[in-house]
Amino acid sequence: MTIIDVFSTVLLLAGALFFLAGTIALLRFPDVYCRLHALAKADNLGLGCVLAGVALQTDSLLVGLKIVLIWPLVLAASGAVGFAIARQARIHAVMPWRGDDK
Amino acid sequence: MNVLMHSIALFLLANLLIALVAAVRGPTPADRMLVALLFGTGGTGILALLALSSGVTAMVDVAVVLALLAAIGGIAFSQRTWRKESDDHH
Repeated sequence: MTIIDVFSTVLLLAGALFFLAGTIALLRFPDVYCRLHALAKADNLGLGCVLAGVALQTDSLLVGLKIVLIWPLVLAASGAVGFAIARQARIHAVMPWRGDDK
Repeated sequence: MNVLMHSIALFLLANLLIALVAAVRGPTPADRMLVALLFGTGGTGILALLALSSGVTAMVDVAVVLALLAAIGGIAFSQRTWRKESDDHH
């Protein structure tokens, strides 16, 4: 097992952990704004770790570069989509969660 | 290394399946759309993993397309589908 393999394994496991955190947050967070927060950060970080781990294993530079370049695309897209959905939720008067008021 | 990549891909797939529960529960249409966005992110990761472990590098292009489609889908949802006028069911 080379040093590249060690780095790649650590990155892949970290990515899986972030994806797990994102899914748990999606299930347990109370409203759409909190869920957006979880999706826009935890999952994109998980994807970045997974892609970096995969890119370390490629033989050709072109394929590795293409894999790594997916990440900025997803980051920019998730920023735009997160803004659009949060604004639309505000227009629809979805109230932000303000603690347990039961 | 292939075993690890396949296990991680399987784990991500299990994550996506569990997230379907949130799609069923979510009170507003946006909550359901967020699960579709999660499918875009998770699917991109799974495709990148499978592209390398199976050696079919063309699947990287499929991953790019999936990431792009998730973005377009999210924007189309918020700008076209979930409008104030069609406010009768949510």
